[in-house]
This record gives sequence, structure tokens and C-alpha cells, in this order.
Amino acid sequence: MTEILAGRLSQPAGRAPGIRGRYGWLRNTGVMIALAVLALILTAALAPQLMTTADPDAVAPAEAFQSPSAAHFFGTDESGRDVYTRVVFGAGNSLLIGTAATTVGLGLALVLGLLGGLGSRLGDFVSTRIVEVMFALPGLLLALVFIAIAGPGVVTSTVAVGLSTAPGYARIIRSQLRSVRNASYVEAATVLSHSRARIVWQHILPGALSPIFVLGTLGVGQAIVWASSLGFLGLGVAPPAAEWGAMLSSGRTYIDVAWWLTVFPGLAIVATAASFTVLGRALNARTRQEARG
Amino acid sequence: MTVSTDAPAVASVSTPATRLRSLGWVARRVGGGAFVLWAVATVIFFALRLIPGDPVDAILGGPGSQASAEAVAQIRADYGLDQPLIVQYFLAMGKLAVADFGTSYALKVAVAPYVLTQLWSTLVLTLASLVVAWLGALGLTLATSGRGRVSRAVGSGLELLAAAVPHFWLASLLIILLSNTLHWLPPISVPGPLGLVLPVLTLALPLTGFLGQVMRESLANAYEQPFVLSARARGESEWGVRLRHVLRHAALPGISLSGWAFGSLLSGAVVVETIFARPGLGRTLLSAVTIRDIPVVTAVALLSALTFIIVTVATDVVDRIVDPRVTEVASR
Repeated sequence: MTEILAGRLSQPAGRAPGIRGRYGWLRNTGVMIALAVLALILTAALAPQLMTTADPDAVAPAEAFQSPSAAHFFGTDESGRDVYTRVVFGAGNSLLIGTAATTVGLGLALVLGLLGGLGSRLGDFVSTRIVEVMFALPGLLLALVFIAIAGPGVVTSTVAVGLSTAPGYARIIRSQLRSVRNASYVEAATVLSHSRARIVWQHILPGALSPIFVLGTLGVGQAIVWASSLGFLGLGVAPPAAEWGAMLSSGRTYIDVAWWLTVFPGLAIVATAASFTVLGRALNARTRQEARG
Repeated sequence: MTVSTDAPAVASVSTPATRLRSLGWVARRVGGGAFVLWAVATVIFFALRLIPGDPVDAILGGPGSQASAEAVAQIRADYGLDQPLIVQYFLAMGKLAVADFGTSYALKVAVAPYVLTQLWSTLVLTLASLVVAWLGALGLTLATSGRGRVSRAVGSGLELLAAAVPHFWLASLLIILLSNTLHWLPPISVPGPLGLVLPVLTLALPLTGFLGQVMRESLANAYEQPFVLSARARGESEWGVRLRHVLRHAALPGISLSGWAFGSLLSGAVVVETIFARPGLGRTLLSAVTIRDIPVVTAVALLSALTFIIVTVATDVVDRIVDPRVTEVASR
């Protein structure tokens, strides 16, 4: 999915947010909202106690299935636990899995992409074939098989998500490296008979890998959605822990009587994913603007 | 001296050279596809053997089956599991090469016909979703692509949300709204078209967002092209410009994306089929991986890889038809 969003990296610059100045892009309304949401989620992840005084695992059977109210903003679940508190405490898990999975995916893609973009013909052939095969396997199949091998859990689902996002990144990195490799400034460095290592290190890599930061930002949101899908299928974080996907999964059982159990954790996922996408796109537009000078 | 019948072939359609080139293209595609299928089969074969536990347990119905040692040994011999791994691998590849997918460990039925019926159900779901998503994206893009600031903001906002919504949450929302509150539709997938509505909506809406995002961008680029200006100068109406000139360009990346979309729909099908209790490839895959039904997982993996290859080639061909500028060189 990230590939789709990032496909625009190579396209000519479109209409960039029309505000000038170095930090002008921050003044865009959409970006401001996204940053605010992310700040809120980051706070929830780092210091959940600031946003709620309750215990996410405190069971109170007498208060089960209460609909949203002033006492329980998001209602309570089947054991009487406060859903708002659990959503707040779930932020850390989701954010951690999202960023870690994106790092894993990008790392793997970097190896494959570098091999394809800078390696010999054989290296390119091998890496292209590997990426092709990974693409042909549905992402969830890769993830499912990997989880079956390593057993469900936080680390496993993180690696599984990273694994299934890697081929998309690898393809982008490869084509990026290839286009930079043929750029005129690289040619100029070759004419100046700089060593190959120096050309790669000083000229090709900085030019080709600058979009990685943007890619990663776009990817984190998608990775969170992916990871929560695994949690939803019961393959992610073990149940008593607060994780948005797992909360949705257990909420599904009570969908007829307690809609709030599914609606609020899902809202958190959507808000996070959408914010990362908005931010990634703004960064992307800014990078392109800078590239044009 | 005979005159070659090819001599007056001025049209580039069927000179020997172009025929040879397109033959080469077909050969490369078939060869590449065969390689991918072999690689997928190999990866799946070894990956599934890495799953902890004994496959005999899966055949006997779980670790709790308490089968006698003789029964276990018998099964092991029957399924060829007593052979060295490398022998098992070549035996399995030999069977797959002639499309023999074996017998399901858990269901004790032939895998090929079973998986094919599941595939049909999933194909109906994914194709319907693809069509709905395409129509939705086209409508949304065309209607909101003009110069209006508000319509553009609404359009791209909708797309952004649609692209960030996970399938399983959307499905739950639709169930809450359309089944539990309004009682319009059944919450699980019943046979017939009515049961298809919710699953298709669930898969199609996020895809609409993705397709819309990409199409909007290329539509905006197409508006800047000289041929749009000349069409306007000829007095073409706004909708005439949109439908006759710009649409073709907007559609291109959408078509290339459909291959990718099809693959992602297969992943989405796992979630959607689970939620709506709908039979299909996705749900089969999930349960087969969980109970370690190796023949079924292999068949599903190969089938989805094959579908992916076919769809990729098909989108390539459609690309060429819609935009003749896409040439052999450009398409790698």
C-alpha cells in the first residue's frame, strides 16, 4: 500500500501546499491536525498516566457493558474495564509495532534494493526475482506462515508485518538508485575519476535514499493497520494486553450489544494511520519542492 | 523468383520482426511466471516444514488424538513423511508439476476440487469489489476533479479516510449500521446477492480510496496537457473534456494498480471472509495454516501466485490498449 502512496515520489511535483518559507508546510491545516493527533497519541504511548487515572486491566464485573458516559468516555467492556483507558494504553503497543515493523521492512528492502540498484547484473537479477516472488505471495500469507513458525506474539507480528511490506519498499529503492545512478552529477563524478566507493557513498546514496524518511512516515500508518489486522485475527499481542486490533477482535463478539467496543479502538487506528499518511505526504511535497530549489 | 507475401506489409501489425518480438514477450512472460510458481512452491514447502510440531498430528486431527505408535508409523509411511526431506521435496515438486495437489490432511478430500470451489467464491467477491471500487473511484474523481477547492478537498479527504480504514473495522461499522441498527442486510454472508453486499462494500471502499488518490493525481496532470487546451479551444464542453480526453490518462495508473489491488484483495479476503463467515480462499488459508494442512496451504499459495501473475500480464496488455505509447521498452 505504501508503494501506492509513495509511487508519487518519482512523479513530477504536483501542486505543493501553497505556503512559502522553510516551515511553511507546517502551516497547512491538514498537517496541523495530523501533528496534533500524533502528539496526542505519542503522549498516550509515552505517559498514559497523564491522560487517564484508571488501570487498563482493572476488572469490575458489576460495571460491564456500560455505554459511553461522563464516567467512562468510551464505555466499558465485558469485564467492566474502561475502554477509554485501554485505548490510551494501547497506543504504546500499536505505535511500537508500527515503527518497528516499518524499520524491519525498510531494512530488508534496503538490502534487496541496494543489491538490485547498485550490485552487479547477477545481483540485480537475484534481488529482482526475490522481490517478484515476495510480491506473488499475498502479504497476509507471508505473515501467517511466519507467525505459524515463530508462534504468535508482539515480536513475531512486528517482523511478519515488516516482511510483508518489504517487497514494495525494495522496488522503490531499487528504481530510485537506478535513476540517481544515471544522473548527470554522478556522471560528472565518474569523469573526475573519483573512486567507485566514494561516488556511491557521497553522490548516489544521499540522493537516492533521502525519500526513505518519507517512505517510512507513510509506512508506519499502514504497518499499524496491518498489525492490528493480525491482532484482530488473534495472531498478535496476547489478549489481556491492551492492543487496538486485539480489542476490536474481542469486541466483535459483543457487536450486537456494545457497539462502543468496536468503534473506539478502530477510530484510534484510523486517526493514527491517516495522520501518518498526511504527514508523510506533506514531507514528500516539501522534499520535491526543495529538490526544485 | 517469388515475391514475398510479406513485402507490402507497411503496417507495423504483423511484420516478422514484430511477430518475433511479441512472441519473445510471451515466452519471457511464461518463463518468468513458471519460475515464480516454482519459487513459491519451494518457499512454501520448506517454510511449512519449519512450523513446530509433527504433520502427522495434523493428519490425525490434532495433538490430542492419542493415536497408537503403529497408527502414527502407518500414516507417516502412507503420506511419504518417513522419507528424507530432500526426497519429499522432489516428490512434492514432481506431483505439483502435473497439477496433483494431493489430499487435505484435515478434511481427507482431494485438494484441487476443494480449493477450486473456494476460489470461485473468493473470485466473485474480489471481482465484484474491484468493479465497485473502480466505478466509485471514477465517479468520485470525475465529479470532484474540477477547479473547485471545496470539491477537491472533500474528494481527497474521503479518499484519505477510505485508505486508512482497516477492513475489519469497516466491516464491523457496516454491520452495526446496516444490520443491527437499520436491519437492511444480514450480518453474515447468506447465499445470494444480498449476502454479498456487505463483504463487497467492505473490500471496495478502502480500494476506492487508493484508486481515487492515484487517479486524481494523474487527472490533474492530464488537465495541464496541450490536448486539453486544444479541445477546450474547439468548444468542447467541460464534461466532454473530462470523459473524452482526460479520463484515458487518469485511468492508466489505475489499471496498472489493479494488479496490485487484486493481490491485496486476496489478503483482505482473509479478514472479510472470517468476519462474515463466508466460504472462500482466505478463510480456507487461515484455518489451513493454523492446523498445518500443508497440501491446502501449498495449493492456495500457488493459486494466488498464479492469479497474481495472470492479472499482472492482463493489466500490462490493457495498458497497451488504452495507451499505445506504452511500448516494449517502457514496460521493462
